Amino acid sequence: MSTLEIKDLHVSIVTEQGVKAILKGVSLTINTGETHAIMGPNGSGKSTLASTIAGHPRYTVDSGSITLDGEDVLAMSVDQRARAGLFLAMQYPVEIPGVTMTNFLRTAKTAIDGEAPKLRTWTKDVKAAMAQLRIEPEFAERNVNEGFSGGEKKRHEILQLELLNPKFAILDETDSGLDVDALKVVSEGVNRTIAAGGLGTMLITHYTRILRYIKPDFVHVFVDGNIAEQGGPELADRLEAEGYDRYLDEETATA
Amino acid sequence: MTELTQEQATDNKVWSQGFIKGMTEEGESLSEINPESGPLGGSAAKAHSHGGDSHGGGVGIPDSSRAGRLTSYKLADFPAITGREEDWRFTPLKRLRGLDRVGIKGQELTGAAPAVDVTKPDAVTVETVGRDDARIGKAGIPEDRVAAAAWENFTEATIVTLPEEYLGNSEDVTTLTLTGAGDTPAAAHIMVHAKKFATGVVVLDHRGTAVLSENVEILVEDGANLTVVSIQDWNDDAVHASAQHISVGRDAKVKHVVVNLGGNLLRTTPSARYTGTGGEVEMYGLYFADAGQHLEQRLFVDHSTKNCKSRVTYKGALQGDGAHAVWIGDVLIRKQAEGTDTYEMNRNLILTQGARADSVPNLEIETGMIEGAGHASATGRFDDEQLFYLQARGIQEDVARRLVVRGFLNEVIQHIKVPALEERLRDAVERELAAGSL
Repeated sequence: MSTLEIKDLHVSIVTEQGVKAILKGVSLTINTGETHAIMGPNGSGKSTLASTIAGHPRYTVDSGSITLDGEDVLAMSVDQRARAGLFLAMQYPVEIPGVTMTNFLRTAKTAIDGEAPKLRTWTKDVKAAMAQLRIEPEFAERNVNEGFSGGEKKRHEILQLELLNPKFAILDETDSGLDVDALKVVSEGVNRTIAAGGLGTMLITHYTRILRYIKPDFVHVFVDGNIAEQGGPELADRLEAEGYDRYLDEETATA
Repeated sequence: MTELTQEQATDNKVWSQGFIKGMTEEGESLSEINPESGPLGGSAAKAHSHGGDSHGGGVGIPDSSRAGRLTSYKLADFPAITGREEDWRFTPLKRLRGLDRVGIKGQELTGAAPAVDVTKPDAVTVETVGRDDARIGKAGIPEDRVAAAAWENFTEATIVTLPEEYLGNSEDVTTLTLTGAGDTPAAAHIMVHAKKFATGVVVLDHRGTAVLSENVEILVEDGANLTVVSIQDWNDDAVHASAQHISVGRDAKVKHVVVNLGGNLLRTTPSARYTGTGGEVEMYGLYFADAGQHLEQRLFVDHSTKNCKSRVTYKGALQGDGAHAVWIGDVLIRKQAEGTDTYEMNRNLILTQGARADSVPNLEIETGMIEGAGHASATGRFDDEQLFYLQARGIQEDVARRLVVRGFLNEVIQHIKVPALEERLRDAVERELAAGSL
């Protein structure tokens, strides 16, 4: 079992108006085999948490720690974190001109594993994974995310998740902008990876819809850069019925 | 709120046209490289450049139209270059080391031409001839002052001849290695002549140090199939203007490849003219501009006969402070050129801050009776978000950058179809990447 531990994390960004604190003391522990849903209103810091774990240069960690099985994640470069077993499915995957999906996937797999995958089994694995996510074979020869629709980009994020086989997956609003069919396909992909064993999942979402397809063990509600409430799957049901207004009102009342 | 929505709408429209993210369509922008100076600058000089026009056009045709561009073998026919002309506005004249001022204030072009080393198949002949050889001038006529100066000043020409019905494959390459003789301004003249139905590959490999103005005539007779690759891999201090004139015979096929890698200032100006129907021209270009390098590619395809085809694909990468690439693609479809099929494309990938790419496709169409005509130009940046994405998949920073650049330039390299060259160019790209401390 592996453990991703976030302790009292404070994160800020530099904006035109000056330094802005976004995460204000987040603590969260995820073990492999567990699925944690991180929910919350816009601007509550959910995506910041995801990007900070992956090491996006825009975010400054002011204090606190992130460790993976005791190893200091914050001391690692972005690619070292990925090789240590962290995977971020991006909310807005970028297009990369000049690099085909085939080339990209093989290069990433080689980097993660430390050796090139065996060509024959690799090609077979990629084809099978693409078929399961209903990705047309022609996408293999297209440049990474170039001209892909929103749904196609998200499917390719999950394709990478399945092929790279990380210890922890952080899914940053993977459900946003998907229709129900695409949502099902993407959820099935995540569930396959979880079922294959040993994946710790951080499922960041604004909506409860995806939780019908991917069952969380824990639900954390994010409000204003901190965890306002935690619970089991029943908390998600309550959020679906009541929305986030309760937390926002509280915040206004205390302010 | 409304404004935001409109911005979104515009953005979507661009996306639906299939542009690459981070790529913007480059428009024409005025350059301040050669600021207006003195009484000869500006519009007065522009208007003047039409005086003595010997190639049609004339009054009423704008400076930017290739139909009206002056062509002549005589240096005296070309006015002094001010830097404000359409043809010169991107070129830093001060760095031409006098190539633009031959005949003015005692500027000469009398340095030794590059030494020519030849490797070739037996059937191909390579001769050194005097400037009065009857074949010279069959494929080209200078289109700018610098080329005209070279034409007036070269002493000997090198002529490569592929005999009639000669069949060379991609291994039987004729290579002229042209090694610069130093930094005294010099003129050179090369002719590549593919006779009827000849097939073959000729490589011009420029190395060393030179301040050189060169004319390359490429004469492709009826039914011939010729590939010419011109590699400019000079030392860092070299200055090289190369006017490459392609004459395409009836049903002839020409593949013309420009590779601009090394040198302080390279200005390569290929132009293709069709002398019969059914000709096909493919023009490829690959350039890699480093800090302080000016690499300029200006091409012209003159569709003056029926049913001819042209395809242009130029791709370049830029890195480092002051790296500057210029691509101008002029395509003219004249009134009589019915059935023309043409497409030109330029892509630039900017790898670091401080580099600049200018990209201007110009398509002039004088008849509607054509198969197709199109152009595309995009300049993109390899940005931090792309780097983050690749690194987040475990790929190290330097590998990520190489992955992108290799992929980008490979599209041109794989079209050259000369195995030995492809390998060398891939190596050259690797070297450029390594040199850029990526």
